[in-house]
Amino acid sequence: MLQLYQGAVRSRLLLGSARYPSPAVLAQAVRAARAEIVTVSLRRESGGERSGQAFWSLIRELGVRVLPNTAGCHSVKEAVTTAHMAREVFGTPWIKLEVIGEDDTLQPDVFGLTEAARILGAEGYEVFPYTTEDLVVAEKLLAAGCRVLMPWGAPIGSGRGLNNLLGLRTLRAHFPGVPLIIDAGLGLPSHAAQALELGFDAVLVNTAVAQAADPVKMAAAFAQAVEAGRAACEAGPIESRDFASPSTPVPGTALLR
Amino acid sequence: MKILVNGAWREGRAANLSGMLEELGYRDAVVSTALNGEFVPVREREATALREGDRLEVLAPMQGG
Repeated sequence: MLQLYQGAVRSRLLLGSARYPSPAVLAQAVRAARAEIVTVSLRRESGGERSGQAFWSLIRELGVRVLPNTAGCHSVKEAVTTAHMAREVFGTPWIKLEVIGEDDTLQPDVFGLTEAARILGAEGYEVFPYTTEDLVVAEKLLAAGCRVLMPWGAPIGSGRGLNNLLGLRTLRAHFPGVPLIIDAGLGLPSHAAQALELGFDAVLVNTAVAQAADPVKMAAAFAQAVEAGRAACEAGPIESRDFASPSTPVPGTALLR
Repeated sequence: MKILVNGAWREGRAANLSGMLEELGYRDAVVSTALNGEFVPVREREATALREGDRLEVLAPMQGG
């Protein structure tokens, strides 16, 4: 089980709910992924269309935990206000805290992020900060009250996988007891498997599933990859080396020259 | 009275936030509100007066990553 604040989940694959071809495909993908946590957002609602109401009904029928985000926020005030609004609507203290600092890469503004995390932590929120692999920022976020960190793999929606492998390995090694969820940038199930093999506790995937030609099949593929990666991590992978090491015993080799 | 609702000017008669939401078609909707950039919880909507030119944001659950 993976303990995230007061909640324990079996599935180590968190799924985003955006960019699917239809609500029905989203629902099928969540089931195929066996996801227990689904990220959601808050957006403007029209009094005429009320499309958010239908979406919310769909999510509730799926019986998953929701992790509301503060996507699109560029300042501490915007993020904190969005978190307040999300808590009222979704009825959860969980908040995936995003404070975006740069629009081309959607890189987090880690200074604003830390400040917003401190404010929300003091108000009783259970903050899941979308951050980089920076160790010092991670320390500051933990000091601000965060008990889970969500380092990026690569820029949101880029599908590049784990961009800074050394940095992520260092982060994992530096905080062995902190749940670390790779958030953003994964494009393939193999990226997810790699994250779990490295000891990350879970991954959050959205675009790679939602924009696949067959999102439901891709969701199932990610689920299998996450399970395989976790099992491999628990099994204790061998150390890599620069030169060959024969697997077939050398003693007993016939002399046939 | 004209107020800016989700970025569009709307005409309404209600003097408070609760009444305005009703008038704009949000009756029983799961929405959260912010007035002039400040969060207004459900319990405060009735007592929140509106003024000409106010900026109202009405947000609902939506897809997100």
